[in-house]
Amino acid sequence: MAMLDVTGLGISFGGLRAVDDFSLKIEKGELYGLIGPNGAGKTTVFNLLTGVYKPSDGVIILDGKNITGQKTTQINKEGIARTFQNIRLFKELTVLDNVKVGLHNDYPYSTIAGILRLPSYRKQEAIMKEKAMELLKVFDLDKECDYLASNLPYGKQRKLEIARALATNPKLLLLDEPAAGMNPNETKELMETIRLIRDKFDMTILLIEHDMKLVSGICEELTVLNFGQVLAQGKTSDVLNNPDVIKAYLGDD
Amino acid sequence: MNKQLKDNLITYGIIIAFYAIMQTLSATGSLSSLFKGLLVPVCVYTIMAVSLNLTVGILGELSLGHAGFMCIGAFVSAFFSMCLKNSGMNSIVRFIIAILLGALVSAVFGVLIGIPVLRLRGDYLAIVTLAFGEIIKNIVNVLYIGKDENGMHLSFTDTASLNMSADGEVIVKGPQGITGIPNDSTFTIGIIVLLLTIAIVINFVNSRSGRAVMAIRDNRIAAESVGINISKYKLMAFAISASMAGAAGALYSHNLNNLMAQPKNFGYNMSIMILVYVVLGGIGRIRGSIIAAAILTVLPELLRGFSDYRMLIYSIVLIVMMLFNCAPAALELREKYSLKRLFGKKLKKEEA
Ligand SMILES: Nc1ncnc2c1ncn2[C@@H]1O[C@H](COP(=O)(O)OP(=O)(O)OP(=O)(O)O)[C@@H](O)[C@H]1O
Ligand SMILES: [Mg+2]
Repeated sequence: MAMLDVTGLGISFGGLRAVDDFSLKIEKGELYGLIGPNGAGKTTVFNLLTGVYKPSDGVIILDGKNITGQKTTQINKEGIARTFQNIRLFKELTVLDNVKVGLHNDYPYSTIAGILRLPSYRKQEAIMKEKAMELLKVFDLDKECDYLASNLPYGKQRKLEIARALATNPKLLLLDEPAAGMNPNETKELMETIRLIRDKFDMTILLIEHDMKLVSGICEELTVLNFGQVLAQGKTSDVLNNPDVIKAYLGDD
Repeated sequence: MNKQLKDNLITYGIIIAFYAIMQTLSATGSLSSLFKGLLVPVCVYTIMAVSLNLTVGILGELSLGHAGFMCIGAFVSAFFSMCLKNSGMNSIVRFIIAILLGALVSAVFGVLIGIPVLRLRGDYLAIVTLAFGEIIKNIVNVLYIGKDENGMHLSFTDTASLNMSADGEVIVKGPQGITGIPNDSTFTIGIIVLLLTIAIVINFVNSRSGRAVMAIRDNRIAAESVGINISKYKLMAFAISASMAGAAGALYSHNLNNLMAQPKNFGYNMSIMILVYVVLGGIGRIRGSIIAAAILTVLPELLRGFSDYRMLIYSIVLIVMMLFNCAPAALELREKYSLKRLFGKKLKKEEA
């Protein structure tokens, strides 16, 4: 059974059909790429999958469960976590606390226990800290754990967003242009990290990227979106050699 | 010891030191009666400032009706104490129950206002709380409640329409409010309530619920994306903030013989005043709120002697505080010479 099974997804903004008849199947543990020119509707697909927008058509099945039309908070609990194209960190919180917010639902001691510092608070906070530090170490952010998130350099902010998303213990991780604004070295390093996450956490990952070279390096399968519609879909090498895809990208340039 | 813990200990330390100094001065008779009379109000307004900071600084929502919650706490607690005035109950126990009751009823009103308003995005809370504060004040001014052997009587017109028996007692008398409230508020109880308020706020902020609230403040969409229940945590922070204002109201009313709801004590100008303490002390900074509220409560009274220059000095202090807290150059200077840094350096040397 596929981890994510989307059929016929669609939404319009006014007269603009931003996403139309979008279908996608991702197997568990797969590293899947979603590419396409600017304004193709890639981020909108993410927003539909995570309940930021309600789809007007289509069905979204996550790990066998229909999650179409649910609220963002609920969808995260069902197992989808994401990062954002324009970074959205909790700027005034520390790096460590950003990840701890991601752990929020797994450590449900009560507000009263927190205010009275009861044993459940101490115990769960200690585990939370340990887990958060473990995650930060994966992204080489452990030394900056006490920094305010807004004081991190750009590349590290992107990594922190991924760490926070992983903290929610998702089944499916959505990354929206994780390498945007990074230099080639940082990008290469990030791609290694993404591969590592997939292997270490046995994660299913769907990522949006502009850089074709980069996508072809790590994604096993691709979907190409153009003007809200699927232009091509399949094995990375096949898709990248598809004449329609080449034309769409050249036409875009 | 981590930085946060040290920071919190300094806050508690300042308050306990203030308490010790005032108690010593008052025991040796070197405290003027004017100053003595200010001790409970200082506690009341510092609690108000800390609790409003929870809404404005931690939750990131603007509230312009905080005095309304104080008003509810003041009247509910005073009413309770009046009902049990002659019951023979220990006055401290009665006062503790009165404070808790004031806090509870204020929290309920916080939830009632919060449920519809906190769902909306934008500054609707400011508008609604502003209206709420004024409405509460005006309702109290036409509220008549009496008690006789048949139970409670309620009216919104006048005493006569309560239809009381001859030996009944009118407790709430419209614009005249409540008279003869037992003076249960003391500086010691005020300080205890203040310390509890601060402990609750600090512990809340450092727990998962407080982190969720701040996450929502910093980025609502991201908070949703990691599974935070937005409405629940907004409402929680707002209700806690309201309940603390209610407790402050109880301290306030039991420091008076005669409690009336007037523009100057429960009107929007008081709400704005509290907001000024919060802004001057630094939004989101608990200790700043305490210091700003204490100084600005005491100062106008101490300046009565220089009545010609009073407003001038007051304004200068406001401007200086603002510069001290907000000007980039001042912030840099503070960073350089702050207690924390000095302590930090010492600690590092010892380690080495
Ligand atoms: N909330 C919205 N309201 C109206 N139009 C929208 C909204 N969100 C997206 N759009 C439009 O939908 C189209 C697809 O946008 P989307 O952000 O999904 O593109 P994208 O593929 O992520 O592009 P990019 O590579 O630039 O990030 C664009 O034309 C955009 O203007
Ligand atoms: Mg996009």
